[in-house]
Amino acid sequence: MVPINFNHKENMKKIFKQLSFVMLLGLLPFVAQAKLKVVATTPDFASVAEAVGGDKVEITTLARATEDPHFVDAKPSFIVKLNRSDALVEGGAELEIGWLPPLLDGARNPKLAPGAPGHIMASQGVQLVGVPGTLDRSKGDIHAAGNPHYMTDPVNARIVAQHLAEAFTALDPKSADAYQANLKKFTEQLDAKMAEWQKLLAPYAGQEIVAYHDSWPYFAARFGLKLDLFLEPKPGIPPTPAHLAEVIMKMKANKIHVIIVDPYQNRKTAETVARNTGATVVDVTQFPGGVKGTEAGYIPMMDYLVNSVAKALSQKP
Amino acid sequence: MKISKLIGWSSALCLSATLLQAQDTNELEVLQRQLKAATENFDRVIKEQREIINSLNQRLDAVQAAMTNQQRIQNQTATVSPPAGSTNEAVAAAEKERLTQQLAAELGTNIAPSSATPPPSTSKAAWSPAQPITVAQAGSAYMNISFDTLMDAGWSTASDPSAQLQLGDHDPIKRGFSLRNAELAVDGAVDPYFKGFGNIVLKLDKNNETGIELEEAFLVSTSLPANLQLKAGQFFAAFGRQNPQHPHSWAFVDDPIILTRAFGPEGLRSIGTQISWLVPTPFYTEVFLGILDGQGGTSFSFRNPGDPDSLGINRVHGRATFDRTMAGPQDLVYVPRVVSSFEVTDHQTLVFGASGAFGPNETGPHSRSEVYGVDAYWKWKPSNASEGFPFVSLQTEALYTRFGAAADPTATVPGPLPAENLRDWGFYSQALWGFHPHWVAGLRGEYVNGNAGAFDANDIFRGQRTRVSPDLTWYFSEFSKVRLQYNYDQGEFIGTQHSVWLQLEFLLGAHGAHKF
Repeated sequence: MVPINFNHKENMKKIFKQLSFVMLLGLLPFVAQAKLKVVATTPDFASVAEAVGGDKVEITTLARATEDPHFVDAKPSFIVKLNRSDALVEGGAELEIGWLPPLLDGARNPKLAPGAPGHIMASQGVQLVGVPGTLDRSKGDIHAAGNPHYMTDPVNARIVAQHLAEAFTALDPKSADAYQANLKKFTEQLDAKMAEWQKLLAPYAGQEIVAYHDSWPYFAARFGLKLDLFLEPKPGIPPTPAHLAEVIMKMKANKIHVIIVDPYQNRKTAETVARNTGATVVDVTQFPGGVKGTEAGYIPMMDYLVNSVAKALSQKP
Repeated sequence: MKISKLIGWSSALCLSATLLQAQDTNELEVLQRQLKAATENFDRVIKEQREIINSLNQRLDAVQAAMTNQQRIQNQTATVSPPAGSTNEAVAAAEKERLTQQLAAELGTNIAPSSATPPPSTSKAAWSPAQPITVAQAGSAYMNISFDTLMDAGWSTASDPSAQLQLGDHDPIKRGFSLRNAELAVDGAVDPYFKGFGNIVLKLDKNNETGIELEEAFLVSTSLPANLQLKAGQFFAAFGRQNPQHPHSWAFVDDPIILTRAFGPEGLRSIGTQISWLVPTPFYTEVFLGILDGQGGTSFSFRNPGDPDSLGINRVHGRATFDRTMAGPQDLVYVPRVVSSFEVTDHQTLVFGASGAFGPNETGPHSRSEVYGVDAYWKWKPSNASEGFPFVSLQTEALYTRFGAAADPTATVPGPLPAENLRDWGFYSQALWGFHPHWVAGLRGEYVNGNAGAFDANDIFRGQRTRVSPDLTWYFSEFSKVRLQYNYDQGEFIGTQHSVWLQLEFLLGAHGAHKF
């Protein structure tokens, strides 16, 4: 028979030692993969979240870069992604109103409940433009909270980055330093680039461009461009020949020679207008990866946008 | 000794406190410096932007002033020679007309030119008391409110389409006009624990008298642990794809025949509760279990009292029914469902489901019914779709029903009825093609059949029937649509029938997001 050790203290010490060893072992995988799982609705937020989160976060994006952010399908696989995430970065201002609510209902993830720290509303702190005075759908598909395409202004991306760093820190305080360092790096890069971009577009201040849909007011305002002519007669209403005729005549009268088109908009319509006016069609995107050469992230995308718009503006028709 | 020790300790403490304080002061300084730098940076950016704005404003003013001058000169010229001005206008109008025609041709659109142009939007102004007040809207009220109306107009070779052909409660029911679904829907967060939904449907019967029904009123839990979710109230059972959908999101103007055979005109819906579990599989899998009261016409194959005969006796399949009351859990209706979804490629999604519904019926004290169903859905949408177009989707559902009818020795038409199993089966398959923004073409094929019953071997509600329905939908916007549908109907007991239906929909208020 094995003698029973009656030394209680000794026993406890042993058990404690063993237990703590086992617990440490058990904790190891958590420590190793304690990345914050973040779902971003669109690739622009994903890119900024990636820049701020660095290797401390794992980002999943729902909408694709070439996809119309208002008309994303509420695929069941998104429910699974939302169910298993620690945080959600949403554009807000009704950008995702057509598809995100049923996904969140299905995801049953309390971390993403409205008002929870994990439910990050990127529009928070951003000054939205185009807030309708009255809610009247005879004016087309309007957004009650204002125009949600605010990420085309780098100053807003700066606000979002700051907001994300705060939100990530609240969710994962032990990586606070990393988030701060990443934020600093990102904003410094952005500020440096910003000066460059403003210089590039400064010669064209006050010039007018045409867009397919009213999703570029922030970009235009930031870089001093005029933008109030659209191929759509009203938001969400497809272009009609009569409206396009009016656009063409205005373009000719005001010597407007640049039309910007997102990947999910009908390029054929823009090309038709361009053919009738001698204008240049510029492929633009609000999302990194939406146009070739923008895959590397938010700053390279803005770089592409500013350069291609500046180039088109520099070419006299 | 003691006192000196005390002094020693306290001085040590004081020192450490001072040190700590010093450390704090250092951090404070760093933070203050950072804050100062950030503030300065912020001020600088603001100043720069303000300068840009000012210079732009100045330039704008200058340009505007120049333009005004030019216009004044032009106006003066115009006063001198008025015909020139009107000629210019006429030239401009003619030019616009010419361009419109040319663009219509170039773009290959079939949109009517000038008439299709919506009226110019009024300028965005601040709210004034004369303007209508928005009662509710997402984010600014406690609930979303919407009002959705479906109107139908059409013709059928059957003189009374609702008697044999159009068996769904929201289908067009007669030649000419019908309005079978004006739906008031509300939803919102109840509190941190529940979301609430309500659907009140108003509809006009054949005499255009208004009927009202509480279609759905339920709450859904938002914070249950272990991926569970609870639903309670009156709701459409999670059986297959179309049963829980409201008519506004259907792809055709009418309910598939097999659904009306298994679940009656209104679909399977009842008071009860449902628990669902998001299964932790790598792909989406969800299992549901609905537990329903199952009494009444909205639980058609279950505790349905049926319709009264000439003597006022309620009958189902010829058998007199009686309220068997609830003796225990076996008298409830159970609706299990499992559904999975896979991303085949980046642009293709598949959804598979299997459902069942089990419960008692009221033809006898121990009689029971079962409904089984399988469903599949596939959708293709390219990643550069414009407003969700183009797309192609396929949807199919197949159902099998066993209605265990009890014997009714007292029945007089056609005579005493034996106990027997009434079996019905069938399917529908539909393909949708969103071929152009706002345009969807659809084709649906259906087949149903049932075994011969002792009550009526020629029961038009149970015999073989085939229906083929092409349709075309045009969405004016997300909030209104018009749909044209043709039905070719051929059945063992109804012969060959043709129907054409035109449906118009409008939606006011918060547009609820669509489920996949």
